[in-house]
Amino acid sequence: MTLTEHAAAGAGNSSVAPGRLVDLFQLGLDAPICLTWELTYACNLSCVHCLSSSGRRDPRELTTDECKRVIDTLERMQVFYVNIGGGEPTVRPDFWELVDYATAHHVGVKFSTNGVKISPAVASRLAASDYVDVQISLDGATASVNDAVRGAGSYATAMRAMQNLFDAGFRGFKLSVVMTRQNIPQLDAFKAIADQFGAQLRLTRLRPSGRGADVWNELHPTASQQRELYDWLVAHGEQVLTGDSFFHLSAYGSALPGLNLCGAGRVVCLIDPVGDVYACPFAIHSQFLAGNVRDAGGFESVWRTSDLFKSLRAPDTGGACRSCGHYDSCRGGCMAAKFFTGLPLDGPDPECVQGYGSAALAAVSAEPPKPSVDHSHRKVPVTIGRRPPRRDCDENPLAGFAAHGN
Amino acid sequence: MRPEPFGALLYHFGTRRLSFLKNQRVLAVVRSLADHPSARAACAAAGVPEAELPVYARALAALADSSMITERTRV
Repeated sequence: MTLTEHAAAGAGNSSVAPGRLVDLFQLGLDAPICLTWELTYACNLSCVHCLSSSGRRDPRELTTDECKRVIDTLERMQVFYVNIGGGEPTVRPDFWELVDYATAHHVGVKFSTNGVKISPAVASRLAASDYVDVQISLDGATASVNDAVRGAGSYATAMRAMQNLFDAGFRGFKLSVVMTRQNIPQLDAFKAIADQFGAQLRLTRLRPSGRGADVWNELHPTASQQRELYDWLVAHGEQVLTGDSFFHLSAYGSALPGLNLCGAGRVVCLIDPVGDVYACPFAIHSQFLAGNVRDAGGFESVWRTSDLFKSLRAPDTGGACRSCGHYDSCRGGCMAAKFFTGLPLDGPDPECVQGYGSAALAAVSAEPPKPSVDHSHRKVPVTIGRRPPRRDCDENPLAGFAAHGN
Repeated sequence: MRPEPFGALLYHFGTRRLSFLKNQRVLAVVRSLADHPSARAACAAAGVPEAELPVYARALAALADSSMITERTRV
């Protein structure tokens, strides 16, 4: 019998002993352990795999006051910390005000950034707080691999931000990498970069969410790369965080550190910039929309009473995976990965390491669902020019327009 | 420390680690540690049977190892 379990929060860095916390968590908690809160859809970058299809700000985004009321709720619910993201959250003019408000109200903050605003002055300020953690996104250990996905100059921006954090004495910030076919050969190089800056490496799974669906076929790891990644993660144990995102790889053998559980609606959820509450950050689709923080009862009511979350907390049967001997370790994999590749939610993950995913994908005939919202930067440039006059002597700007009849 | 139906969740902002107390009795022990001269006394007050003391000792040691509980400052 064990009475306690320990985990690096969010990463769930603990093997779950036969105490079976996973079974308790499956049924949901009174409040999320942590939640992802995307503060804005605005972003200076246009990463090809952006899980939230970010780019342009949404005019309906929560105001500063509305954000503070959400923080009040999280404090009351004793949510330990929020993972703030976007978009690029630091481009919100009230970003630092909200960070200060959260930490003053006992809600810890970890925020993800591409580093664009992490100047030496900001880095010093961040280094001084125990309640703020920073996650720098980098998807290639070299500029060529990174910038192909995240855009020209983004590698240099991230490296400069990490140098500033290091110089300011911030230790243990996170270097966050989405694993792709192009960067899995760079695992050791990512570790070296993290070590160079006194950071902790965090590797997460690419999902076919948002714009990720458009590049999934080119970017998702091959079967042999999945094995390589699993072996690397096993070898590095708790030194490397994963946000619990590779539990589908546990079907290779021994479980990876972490809860090995899809936490959607059970221990985590997403609040998007307009206040919509989704089951998980990778599931921005009306099918996984539980409510809005602007609804009567606010976030607390959505978390505790939404029909969607109640259904996610119901014991699941395993569906088509029930007869597989590995179901207990992989639990059928990632809900969002299945949904956006057109697979049934009660079947195998598209990247099922036992190979059942490929067979299931071959049987998908319908077009996979598309994300419900898209704030991508417009791809077609708008040209503003003068229309040439119809005749050389036409100077009247209204020439050529028919007069309205009366 | 946040109570939950199964016990409690503990989060340490310094180490950013999460711990779980897996029943109500160990929660009662942890909560009352400061009010008792020793961990053994806190266990006795919470009604921990003698035979289970080693299990509780291990749990408290694990919490101490992860800095979730610390030795009180001597005055």
